[in-house]
Amino acid sequence: MERGDILLRIRDLKIEGRVEDSWLPILKGINLELRRGEVLGLIGESGAGKSTLGLAAMGFVRDGCRFSGGTVEFEGQELTTAHRSVRRSLRSSDIAYVAQSAAASFNPAHKLVDQYAEFPVLRGRMTQAEARADAAKMYARLQLPDPNGIGFRYPHQVSGGQLQRAMTAMAMSCRPKLIIFDEPTTALDVTTQIEVLAAIREVVAEFGTAAIYVTHDLAIVSQMADRVMVLRYGEMVELAETRQMLTTPTEDYTRSLWAVRSFRAPVKAEAAKGAPLISLRDVTASYGKVDVLSDISIDFHAGRTVAVVGESGSGKSTVARVLTGLLPPRRGEVSFDGAALPKVVDQRSKDQLRHVQMIYQMADTALNPKQRLRKIIGRPLAFYLGLSGRALEDRIRDLLAEIELDPDTFIDRFPSELSGGQKQRVGIARALAADPRFIICDEVTSALDQLVAEGILRLLVNLQNERGLGYMFITHDIATVEAIADDVVVMQHGRVVEAGRKEDVLSPPHEPYTELLLSSVPEMDPDWLTRVLDQRQGARASPILPGST
Amino acid sequence: MTAIVRMITIRLALGLVTLWIVSVVIFISVEFLPGDLAEAVLGQSATEATLQAYRDRLGLERPPLERYLVWLSGAWRGDFGVSLVNGQPISDLIAVRLGNTLFLAAMAAMIAIPLALGLGILAALYRNSWFDKTISVSTLSAISFPEFFVAYILVLLFAINVNLFPALANIGIGTPFGERVYNSVLPALTLTLVITAHMMRMTRAAIINLLARPYIEMARLKGASPSRVILHHALPNAVAPIVNVIALNLGYLITGVVIVEVVFVYPGLGQLLVDSVTRRDVPVVQAACLIFAATFILLNLIADVVAVLSDPRLLHPK
Repeated sequence: MERGDILLRIRDLKIEGRVEDSWLPILKGINLELRRGEVLGLIGESGAGKSTLGLAAMGFVRDGCRFSGGTVEFEGQELTTAHRSVRRSLRSSDIAYVAQSAAASFNPAHKLVDQYAEFPVLRGRMTQAEARADAAKMYARLQLPDPNGIGFRYPHQVSGGQLQRAMTAMAMSCRPKLIIFDEPTTALDVTTQIEVLAAIREVVAEFGTAAIYVTHDLAIVSQMADRVMVLRYGEMVELAETRQMLTTPTEDYTRSLWAVRSFRAPVKAEAAKGAPLISLRDVTASYGKVDVLSDISIDFHAGRTVAVVGESGSGKSTVARVLTGLLPPRRGEVSFDGAALPKVVDQRSKDQLRHVQMIYQMADTALNPKQRLRKIIGRPLAFYLGLSGRALEDRIRDLLAEIELDPDTFIDRFPSELSGGQKQRVGIARALAADPRFIICDEVTSALDQLVAEGILRLLVNLQNERGLGYMFITHDIATVEAIADDVVVMQHGRVVEAGRKEDVLSPPHEPYTELLLSSVPEMDPDWLTRVLDQRQGARASPILPGST
Repeated sequence: MTAIVRMITIRLALGLVTLWIVSVVIFISVEFLPGDLAEAVLGQSATEATLQAYRDRLGLERPPLERYLVWLSGAWRGDFGVSLVNGQPISDLIAVRLGNTLFLAAMAAMIAIPLALGLGILAALYRNSWFDKTISVSTLSAISFPEFFVAYILVLLFAINVNLFPALANIGIGTPFGERVYNSVLPALTLTLVITAHMMRMTRAAIINLLARPYIEMARLKGASPSRVILHHALPNAVAPIVNVIALNLGYLITGVVIVEVVFVYPGLGQLLVDSVTRRDVPVVQAACLIFAATFILLNLIADVVAVLSDPRLLHPK
């Protein structure tokens, strides 16, 4: 029973999912061995089957899926054919699960500590009082603030990053031998993510727990995993030690994943010149009595991309709401082409509305599911430009061609018949249809896989070059900023912390907050997390500012 | 906790405003009722002089606003005046009837609510099984029949074919408790059959609605058994919709049971209301309607308070 034995052995595992009346393969014969105390990273794009594989390691398939072949052996116990009660009894005790969104996966009706204590008590390992004491210790290990008190809060009273650590603590409650981490930091800001990653890595190492770490982020997997398995379309592409995988991937697909982050828009050497296309002057805006923007001034120029970065709650999206007139500012001016823009959207003329368009984060919810693409794209053409009949049809087809979707194939499709990337392209076409001069892109790539996201970024850059569009690019992803931005605005707590050309903002010396933000972005170097944590430890100990290291 | 107290206070105040509006509406509608109390009471053969004397005595000729204010100030003090027909104080008349109605409602509720919750939870637990389908079909059939039909079927089965319970709910002021219960079994059963399906379907739907939530999957991944998933993880989050449907049905038990009362000759408030309308006994009608309105307002307030108490997100803001 020592470190190094095989804990989990998966052989030729096949899982199918029901689509209407037929069963389609999700996993097509996966082989996998996991030793005690080992951390295996599962990486792939959405639909690759990595979450399904992670859950299958617990003998679990989601509703509408089924095991259709192969075996999952945990400590010699076959799980796929085992009785439900056998599988249940292993969960929590021997295998635990940490979900992607802790906010959604904690039961809103119970306190954190009660959810922690549920299974240690049910399985007779601890009394309620012992479990509560143990929870406080585990919360302390995961560096949660106020470890004795935080458990008595309800999930909604705790921040996202803390909840994710509390969920890791809960997974540890029975000291399992294996934990499945299913994208545990995907929903977090980079600055929070780094803390959660550090906490998870430490506690897993301390208890010698084996882990399967599911993620789509290469940089993260390289911090967390001893070995990495690349999945695609339900099949294994490659499996290797992490360092080896990073330096010498053998498969083309793996190399293409690794290369994604290399996309760069052509650099515009000179700084922005001339009058801005659209600008904010000393804008203060609030929801109710709380100021969410304080004295913001930002200029956006035609043909340039301004990336607005910051954590959630920093006011990025509020800037977009002020620009579009959805949230009238309490003080300050919004001007377009040198003329003041009415503050409220209802008071803007059709032309003023037409020139400022938006592309949204969730193309899924931003497109009307009951309308065909013809209508989705045709509506702004009819509304703003008064097109109809032949002219309208031709324009819709031109736009589809412009976003690289074949008009004949796609014009009569519903959004549900498109992939995530295609939906986002339709979102772009809808914005372009109004023939705008300025487009607000609100986290447009954050819900997409990296390869797909790169395609979207390329498309946006091409469109900008052809049409001289001004972009405001809201994002929390620094890699995206590096790829596409000309200018960068860093926001925190509703204020502009730093602004300027990308080269100036992203290269030292930095404002302390910018430094924190930049240094929190995971890098594809297995030693990155250790290095950053050491640096921060050092910076805290010595009076030297982080910017000077 | 102070938030709850504030909410209750505000809702009670709003409830009073609603009640006042209802009182105006009731008063105006009664004004529009065709016919005249004096004619109704004294009959067609009455002379113009006797009719006039009767009207004068009851103040029927005074301006409506004045009569409304007199009535309202009385009602505020709990004095609804006297019945125009038999001269009894309405408060006494209604107190007895309301007591009977509440007794029947309580009895039906005590059978129906646990039954509906239990069946709803079991149906959610064994969803789409033969059990679930049987429960759905039988409870839905029960509400598909008109109330009087269900009532007569029960009478036929349990009073005539098998002489278990009385067909008439003979209840008076002095009836001892045990006998009251015994005499009210059939009307209570009828009402149970009428309201169970609604509450049971909502319990089932409210729970099943939550089963796709990530925290339910999490509970399953923690190794919770199906019954624990339903009872411990889903049910506490489904309280609000269930309680609202229960409140609605309790309101129905108090205000909507006229037909059942008539079938079983049960001396409840509903029958009093119907009798008073036919007799043009305006003050009794007004008082009964006001009580019905108050019942609904109070039950909904209770449902909202329970919903808030059941949801930590509302009870403990960030």
